[in-house]
Amino acid sequence: MALYTPQAAAADARRTVLTTSGRSRERTPRSLVFVVLLWFSLLVAFATLVALLVHTLVDGLPRLDGRLFSEYPSSRPEEAGARPAVLGSLWVIGTTAVLAVPLGVAAAVHLEEFADRDKWWNRLIEVNISNLSAVPAIIYGMLALGSLALLGVTQKNIVVGGAVALGMLILPVIIISTREALRAVPRELRDGSLAVGASDLQTTWRITLPAALPGIATGTILALSRALGEAAPLLLLGGLVFLSFDPNGLLSQFTTMPIQIFSWTSQPQAEFHTLAAAASILLMGILLLMNGTAIYIRNRSQKRW
Amino acid sequence: MTTEPTVHDAIEMELVQKHASRPEVPETPTPVIQVEDVSVFYDDYQAVRDVTLDIGHNEITALIGPSGCGKSTILRSLNRMNDLIRGARVTGAIRYWGQDMYEPGVDPIEVRRRIGMVFQKPNPFPKSIYDNIAYGPRVTGMKVDDMDAHVERALTRAALWDEVKDKLKQSAYGLSGGQQQRLCIARTIAVEPDVILMDEPCASLDPIATLRIEELMAELRDLYTIVIVTHNMQQAARVADRTAFFTAAIDPQTGERHGELVEFDKTTTIFERPADPRTEGYISGRFG
Amino acid sequence: MSSTSTTAAGRAAVPGRLAAPAPGTRILRSGNRPGEAVVRVLLRLAAFLSVAITVGIVLSLLGPALDFFSEVSVVEFLTGTRWTPRFADASYGVLPLVTATAWTTLIAIAVAVPFGLGSAIYLSEYAPDRVRRILKPVLELLAGVPTVVFGYFALTWFAPTVLQRFLSLEVGPFSILSAGAVMGVMIIPTVASLSEDAMSAVPNALRQGSAALGANRMQTSLRVVFPAAFSGIVAAIVLGISRAVGETMIVTIAGGQLVQMVSSPLQQGATMTTFIANAALGDSRVGSLEYNTLFAVGLLLFFLTLIVNLVAIQLVRRFRQEY
Repeated sequence: MALYTPQAAAADARRTVLTTSGRSRERTPRSLVFVVLLWFSLLVAFATLVALLVHTLVDGLPRLDGRLFSEYPSSRPEEAGARPAVLGSLWVIGTTAVLAVPLGVAAAVHLEEFADRDKWWNRLIEVNISNLSAVPAIIYGMLALGSLALLGVTQKNIVVGGAVALGMLILPVIIISTREALRAVPRELRDGSLAVGASDLQTTWRITLPAALPGIATGTILALSRALGEAAPLLLLGGLVFLSFDPNGLLSQFTTMPIQIFSWTSQPQAEFHTLAAAASILLMGILLLMNGTAIYIRNRSQKRW
Repeated sequence: MTTEPTVHDAIEMELVQKHASRPEVPETPTPVIQVEDVSVFYDDYQAVRDVTLDIGHNEITALIGPSGCGKSTILRSLNRMNDLIRGARVTGAIRYWGQDMYEPGVDPIEVRRRIGMVFQKPNPFPKSIYDNIAYGPRVTGMKVDDMDAHVERALTRAALWDEVKDKLKQSAYGLSGGQQQRLCIARTIAVEPDVILMDEPCASLDPIATLRIEELMAELRDLYTIVIVTHNMQQAARVADRTAFFTAAIDPQTGERHGELVEFDKTTTIFERPADPRTEGYISGRFG
Repeated sequence: MSSTSTTAAGRAAVPGRLAAPAPGTRILRSGNRPGEAVVRVLLRLAAFLSVAITVGIVLSLLGPALDFFSEVSVVEFLTGTRWTPRFADASYGVLPLVTATAWTTLIAIAVAVPFGLGSAIYLSEYAPDRVRRILKPVLELLAGVPTVVFGYFALTWFAPTVLQRFLSLEVGPFSILSAGAVMGVMIIPTVASLSEDAMSAVPNALRQGSAALGANRMQTSLRVVFPAAFSGIVAAIVLGISRAVGETMIVTIAGGQLVQMVSSPLQQGATMTTFIANAALGDSRVGSLEYNTLFAVGLLLFFLTLIVNLVAIQLVRRFRQEY
């Protein structure tokens, strides 16, 4: 047994003071209220998300059936479906991917691997890209509309026009995420390739890009899912049309799922709102699948070097 | 407490014997690379000044000295890896078999194919072991009749074949650090370079893996010219034929630190009878 | 593989090694890879395409907008309070659209800033790692909901259930309040994740220094971390504003179509983006005044968001430089 000395007693007392004061300072009424407010902030976001999902599911689930895929829009809600919109979304997003992904990756490779950052034009491109990424979506629709008018195209509602608008919308997003993926590839891998006599383009093509592929894929999928959910630019291209046929080519007329949802929501009858909800469930299901894939790729590929 | 010989001691013993049995190093080297009055600048800052030395054919040359003395900077300028650093600039002349490798029209990629490099941290590509080796011959367009045999030869020379021959298709990241570094050496050998530069190749390895690499270097000396930067003076003493001692000096006028070459001679001379008191101080301070 | 000779010629006999060249030979050739030069040019063109898009935006907006301003004076456009382009006595005062945009933006920011920042402080300063790993993807999920679905939600649930039934407000199905509030929730993830980045970038040494002075977590968060991350947080808010100004579908669906000077959030009102979306639905002939009107409003919208974005980019750059 150690003697309980006055020094030890004093030390003990000091320790008690420390612990009690520490606890009480973290638990003053004000800081407790503060933490509750923080929780409430998160709750607002999550409660809204839950309300949105539950409301949409309850409203739309009964109508999420085969008719949605097989029928064309109709003025009679029980006969209406979103077949042209689903196919139109596939056509437009597919074309968007073909246009925007190679261009975006190429631009990112130039900026990240080859561009001399001391040159004013490269800095201009960088500022410009961060700016473009925050330009409202609807402006891209006006750009596509204005360009088609300049080219003298009278039919503005064509798949390739919609794809150009959405492609320009997501190009900055793809460039920014691809650059981040390239930047995450360690310098040493590039050095190793150059040191055996590979040129810098060979290094980029055979080492850097494959190593950055998971990151690029993640960013690209997220960008395409943003394009898939976007309606505003396509409204300007006359996307709000009643189609009684399947879109079948680059120059075909089209409508898309978000526009179909908009169209049904704008109807006064509740039956159409139910249809809008059903189509929303379908759209969000696809988006969730895409985002889930992106997150899966991201998590699986983390920290390989 | 025990004094039983370990694997480490056994390899070290072997190495010392091998070293002792190697032929006498000639007084003057047959130069593969001649470094003449070379200074390296990063923008306006002179990192190393006025270095002159000859890298001897089929010799191991060690560059030693304290941190910041510019030995790695000089090494990276020997195969134009410095070109990749923005603002880096080399003055003076670096001749490869008499030809200035910095003269206009010389392709830095061609320089790097002939003068390969092994880095401080093992940096295998995220590919299979086989593809790591085959990468260089493929990208440089080497005419290889039988790639399988070529890969085997490179791995054998790097003393790695027996350990990996059954898992050539597996990822190189499955190998240990020491194996990865030998893979990187094999990868360099596969493009049949003339010179191999090694930038502290054992810095991230354990003592046994370090000795394996040293042993490998002693074997490769017959085939290649090797230049090694090292912090480890025992290592320089064990493997190098010639040693260059660098140090960092402060310019009395500008107050800036510059790396400079103090002394360059046969390793035995540097370690036993150094001419410059600074060399002696460094060696005895860390070595004696 | 003996090494009895140390001369270059002697060693050259060893199999597999390059022979030493005769003196004076120039071994190192010049690099000539024309294919690579072409690829590099293509890559550069792809990067310059972004500039071309910007120029294209400005030109495509500017052409019709200039035609518009040759018929309607800029002063009338910017200061007029009547917007009746389709009436016989057409009037082109854009202020009703601007006030509606200002109101919806204000309400959205009033929702997104406190709740977004609260979430960010919790995630950055309070949440254990495990909790954060669950909460952040859920926030991302909220950010991934398409804006039409938010519009549908505002019109069919938020306005009738929350505003009319729970809060007993005197609002119709369409209102600035309903559109603005739902838009605010939509922007919460933007504000939260950007300001969380800014707060996480504050070095831990500052937090420890504050704790060493006896401050508790709340005081450290509010008096040390928050000010240190301030420019990043402002950038997050500014980007949120820019999204609110440009958002189209929510306000078009839930904000109402009536063009009027908005004086209360309970009213309905058409914003700039509502007008553009609606005008696009009508089939206006290229070159007509109606068509040009669209682009005049679009140009105004573009410049408003451009200014906001430039401010945000500057702020982000500054906060990146701080650490």
